[in-house]
Amino acid sequence: MKQLLILSGKGGTGKTTIAGAFIRLACAKAYADCDVDAPNLHLIMARDIGPRLTDYYGMPRAEIDPGKCVGCGECVRNCRFDAILDGDRCKIDPYSCEGCGVCEAVCPAGAVSLKPVVAGELKLYHKEDRVFSTAQLKMGGGTSGKLVTEVKKQMKSAAYEGAELAIIDGSPGIGCPVIASLSGADMVLIVAEPSISGISDMKRIVKTAEVFHVRIAVCINKYDVSPVHSRKIQEYCKTENLPFAGVIPFDPEAVRAVNNGLAISEVDCPSGVAAKEVFGRVMGLLFQGFGESSH
Amino acid sequence: MKIAIPVEEKSPQSGACPSFGRAPYFLVYDTVTKETGFLDNGAAATPGGAGIRAAQAIADYGVKALLTPRCGENAETVFAKAEVLVYGSVPGTAQHNIDEFLAERLLLLNEFHPGFHGHEK
Amino acid sequence: MKNRSPKIAVLSGKGGTGKTFVSVNLASIAGRSVYVDCDVEEPNGHLFLKPEAFCEETVTVGIPFVCEDLCSGCRKCVDFCKFNALAFIKGRPYVFEEVCHSCGGCRLLCPEKAIGEAEKSVGKIQRGVAGNVSVHTGILNTGEVSGIPIIKKLLEASISENERPVFIDCPPGSACIVMESIKDADYCILVAEPTVFGVHNLNMVYELVRLFRKPYGAVLNKCLGEGNPAECFCKENDIPVLYRIPFDSRLGTLNANGKIAVLESKRYRDLFSSLLRIVMKEVPGETAVDS
Repeated sequence: MKQLLILSGKGGTGKTTIAGAFIRLACAKAYADCDVDAPNLHLIMARDIGPRLTDYYGMPRAEIDPGKCVGCGECVRNCRFDAILDGDRCKIDPYSCEGCGVCEAVCPAGAVSLKPVVAGELKLYHKEDRVFSTAQLKMGGGTSGKLVTEVKKQMKSAAYEGAELAIIDGSPGIGCPVIASLSGADMVLIVAEPSISGISDMKRIVKTAEVFHVRIAVCINKYDVSPVHSRKIQEYCKTENLPFAGVIPFDPEAVRAVNNGLAISEVDCPSGVAAKEVFGRVMGLLFQGFGESSH
Repeated sequence: MKIAIPVEEKSPQSGACPSFGRAPYFLVYDTVTKETGFLDNGAAATPGGAGIRAAQAIADYGVKALLTPRCGENAETVFAKAEVLVYGSVPGTAQHNIDEFLAERLLLLNEFHPGFHGHEK
Repeated sequence: MKNRSPKIAVLSGKGGTGKTFVSVNLASIAGRSVYVDCDVEEPNGHLFLKPEAFCEETVTVGIPFVCEDLCSGCRKCVDFCKFNALAFIKGRPYVFEEVCHSCGGCRLLCPEKAIGEAEKSVGKIQRGVAGNVSVHTGILNTGEVSGIPIIKKLLEASISENERPVFIDCPPGSACIVMESIKDADYCILVAEPTVFGVHNLNMVYELVRLFRKPYGAVLNKCLGEGNPAECFCKENDIPVLYRIPFDSRLGTLNANGKIAVLESKRYRDLFSSLLRIVMKEVPGETAVDS
């Protein structure tokens, strides 16, 4: 089963909208949303079914037993994350606690213990022979990289035999969840935004993906917002020898489609038509190889 | 000597697990006694530094060669210092890889990917 | 006692909704102000403000190192580390710096006092000036685990200078790094897009600001007029809508070219002056601000 990962570096480029279109065009049997902080794909892909839920445990968090706490403040003095509030009885701030265990180790009264904490929820949707894996990290929950790994694992183990293609909607940014999504990907499609900040973020994400030796292709969404910057992106791809998969115009129809729970490829609109062409090129690259130069 | 392979199931017919740090088990084969055993990988569930912890467990167990499809930089550092050789596994079962290793047909892995830092705030 | 230096955080559940657009333009229109970019993974504000005369400071965290002569090989540090940042190889601990969370535990627990600490850079802060705006930008080095130490430094008390409102451009999402950014905010502006995605993301930051008991209001951006799910959400949850910014393709072009709308267009000067007045009225301990 080949894995296509869609990334964008910055948020708001239209990654999820494009992922949705690709999933419909490919009739993909397995897909996943790795943006566990702010998952959106289910809003267009899974409106009418309920998922199977699994608790996800992140880093354990410290808990103070008020019955045992003597208020000596040793824990407060040694906490590097300002996660303990001083008082007659010390109290842990669960949102700042990183689960390091120092407070547990220094407490003279044995009042502190690390307890496993539900940091999020894994969700698995089944419809006929299609599986869709996603998750939601709770507010302030750390370890999103590990949850991303769990989302992909869930997708892979639930996928039916004979599923040829898995499409993964990645996380924005360049941090750990992105790096975790890159693991095992056969190809990355970077959705770029034609703007100064969009180009800067695109370059950072290209650098990150290159380190993992994953093949990269680039497309531009809302290209007509700035033809100048779109050209710059195309030139960059040429210089860096990255295949250019095409452009998609800005399209108010896209918003309407999405608000109605439809992928842009399911509606007769300019962005849907363009997305289909980009999809064609991406599939060519993924299944037939990259050749020697960008087209 | 002991050689190890990350596997998905406790069976020599299992394929090598693509992720070393998060493999559920390691198959350990002793070339002298010709015995096969399995280690549970405690690192699989850990939020971060899985490769390091898994590598530690392998080194502590006295393994001298690891056969794996991929390996991270951090785990590789542990192996280099602990003098454990890392070979690139080939497609096929764990048993097949052991046979290939004994026939000296496997090559040392020379590319290691950066850490995943599977934790974030 | 009037709050002459209110801290106003601008948040959204996701990137691309217009957080930077709103915070940069508010900072630019408000006579004298402070702009703080807490989106340390992808800071963008400075690309629009183009601050000058900036000074740079490195942000560091303490990373342990082992003095081999003193180490007895007891492995206490390795067994303690919850992040697996220490491995025990050939009788000595080895530190994996980029996995280390700088908790200081290994150093505390070493019975031989064999572990010391060295400072490692995780990022930097650039402080400069763009016209009437004092600009503070936090930048995280690629590959580092946490931007929190940078945000803590960015928002140190000295941020509140001389009766200027402070606009905090927050990272997207609702993770710990966002919490750190709004900890001391006096008011939170939630920016939302008129799509089902936008509502889902708005909900996340809405829950966050309520958890932290911060006063809040919403700015609906890129409004297309017809059925706006974000507007419905605000109505259902009694979230004050401070402003509805209509979708404008010219903004896309201005944005693409790194231009600040209030400096290029009277329409946006008027819009943001209006929004600024509305925001200032909402901030507890109301203050009058020149614009």
